[in-house]
Amino acid sequence: MNIHEYQAKQLFKQYGIPVPNGQAAFGADEAKQLAQTLGGDAWMVKAQVHAGGRGKAGGVKRADSLDKVGEITQALIGTQLVTHQTGAHGQPINGVLIENLTAIQSELYLSLLVDRATNRVAVIASRAGGMDIEAVAAETPEKIIHITIDPIIGISAYQCREIAFALGLEAEQRKELTIMLFNLYRLFLDKDLSLVEINPLIITNDGHLLALDAKINIDDNALYRHKDLAALYDPSQEDEKEHKAREFDLNYVALDGDIACMVNGAGLAMATMDVIKMRGGEPANFLDVGGGTTAEKVTGAFKIILSDPKVKAILVNIFGGIVRCDLIAEGVIYAIKETGTNLPVVVRLEGTHVDKGKALLKESGLAVISADNLDEAAQKVVKAVKG
Amino acid sequence: MSILVNADSKVICQGFTGKQGTFHSEQCLAYGTKLVGGVTPGRAGQTHLGLPVFNTVRDAVSATGASVTMIYVPAPFAADAILEAADAGIELIVCITEGIPVLDMLKVKTALTDHYPQTRLIGPNCPGIITPGACKIGIMPGMIHRQGRIGIVSRSGTLTYEAVAETSANGLGQSTCIGIGGDPIHGMNFIDCLELFQADPQTEGIVLVGEIGGTDEEEAADYIKASVTKPVVAYIAGVTAPPGKRMGHAGAIISGGKGTAADKFAALKAAGVTLAKNPTEIGQRIFECLN
Repeated sequence: MNIHEYQAKQLFKQYGIPVPNGQAAFGADEAKQLAQTLGGDAWMVKAQVHAGGRGKAGGVKRADSLDKVGEITQALIGTQLVTHQTGAHGQPINGVLIENLTAIQSELYLSLLVDRATNRVAVIASRAGGMDIEAVAAETPEKIIHITIDPIIGISAYQCREIAFALGLEAEQRKELTIMLFNLYRLFLDKDLSLVEINPLIITNDGHLLALDAKINIDDNALYRHKDLAALYDPSQEDEKEHKAREFDLNYVALDGDIACMVNGAGLAMATMDVIKMRGGEPANFLDVGGGTTAEKVTGAFKIILSDPKVKAILVNIFGGIVRCDLIAEGVIYAIKETGTNLPVVVRLEGTHVDKGKALLKESGLAVISADNLDEAAQKVVKAVKG
Repeated sequence: MSILVNADSKVICQGFTGKQGTFHSEQCLAYGTKLVGGVTPGRAGQTHLGLPVFNTVRDAVSATGASVTMIYVPAPFAADAILEAADAGIELIVCITEGIPVLDMLKVKTALTDHYPQTRLIGPNCPGIITPGACKIGIMPGMIHRQGRIGIVSRSGTLTYEAVAETSANGLGQSTCIGIGGDPIHGMNFIDCLELFQADPQTEGIVLVGEIGGTDEEEAADYIKASVTKPVVAYIAGVTAPPGKRMGHAGAIISGGKGTAADKFAALKAAGVTLAKNPTEIGQRIFECLN
């Protein structure tokens, strides 16, 4: 789960990681007042959306007067910000972060993440701050510093020094970086993060380290033990259908095509999308209904699928292990009747109680197209859309 | 022969008296698995499904001589259950539980590597392991399997079932099938399983089912090139998955341009592996390899 920059910076403050003076505002008047309270004569107004690339997209602006703070805030709030990380539709701006302008001497990059290749938490650092770190890694890998932390030992001072020397920091800054890394690691563990990224980490004009940006991603599996963080979930930053799917405990990812699919199991759901594409169609979504599927869940899945106006046909692909095909068939029949959809529905059932399931679909009198394997099902659904 | 489990494997269940543990223990017993007891703290002395319940894994092991455990303990307590099993001397831990926090698994993985190097972990977030006709440990539907010649290793549950159904339908059958799970930090990987299948005389061909995310398939490709002489057929799911989105499994995500299906297919092809571009081709491809 992602949180906003201003929320991440609040966590930074709690953990002693230096950030610019600032606060979030949700309207122009509030923004002006906050800027006045912060003092100074120049401020940054930063759009709060769950996406990177805000600066280039016009979501981060400098204001040299209180009126300008109000104007910029007014112009940003209520609009959609489109960056290279958002879809074409962009993400809604509901708030801005107002911060004192900071004079920058140089920009660095620092992040901690779960590194699956080494089964450890890794620290990534670079002198090439403020840039797309993935591009830096691809084009100039020698500029990337990478160390991993043994979970039993924890982070060590020598590791922090290695990073600090590689970043070319001076004596006082090396101490600051060591303290910062210890604090970041503590934050990472305490809050079950999967990523914390500071890009850029700056050296200010007076020579101190400061987290100018803050990005935090929290492990969804661990949210049950962080109720305070779970409460920061912002549905406005999620695809509406993906948000709805969360309520039904379904794994849904929206795509651009017109053939919806409903599948049990994540791997099989991806395979279903792939075969639709291979047979000349375009998948509209990824949807894994999971193990303990009920008629309500199937109906919920259908409602989410049908709320996408692009969808022209539905492919249901179930390999019943724990899930019984007859229960899925009942769910599909109920869902079709409940939603009143007249889109073509292709159903492929296999596994536990498959014969009962197929019989139920046949007896229902609904115009469901039956298929015996995934490839056949994909061909039939593509034909239903393209004729 | 088979790998890791056979008709003589003595198995216990952690989370035995819970809903999941009960349902799947019944299924495993019905399949013929030698389930010899279970663990639920505070329930020692009771009998469940006709089998003894123990307070701790250590007690269960000393009373039954079990060497394998299957874990259905809820996610908040599952990492602890894995460590308990390892510390009690269990040789093979099969963790079905989905949704374990990543940092918990990170500690478990380090502890197993550092302190229990002989212990093998399958999963978490996996369907389990089955040697058809002999021993089923997990949630897979037993009836689709046939005793036979193909070893199957997969990161996905239902895609494993597809590969199983295909190799049952064309008469090849399976030696052992292992679902290694969909989490980013997990126990046995493709290479561990390939090594065992290569050494197993019953296994004549291997099916590897991968998906987007991480570099396990690329590492498997290097290993196959160097050390596997048996024919391998591979299928990778997620060609159409958009980058940066988690596709159901915690580990199925393309991040920083890495972990794409195209990269994985290319690495496997370069290693001489036969590719199935569609899961319904898996059976045909491995059949062709063996004939």
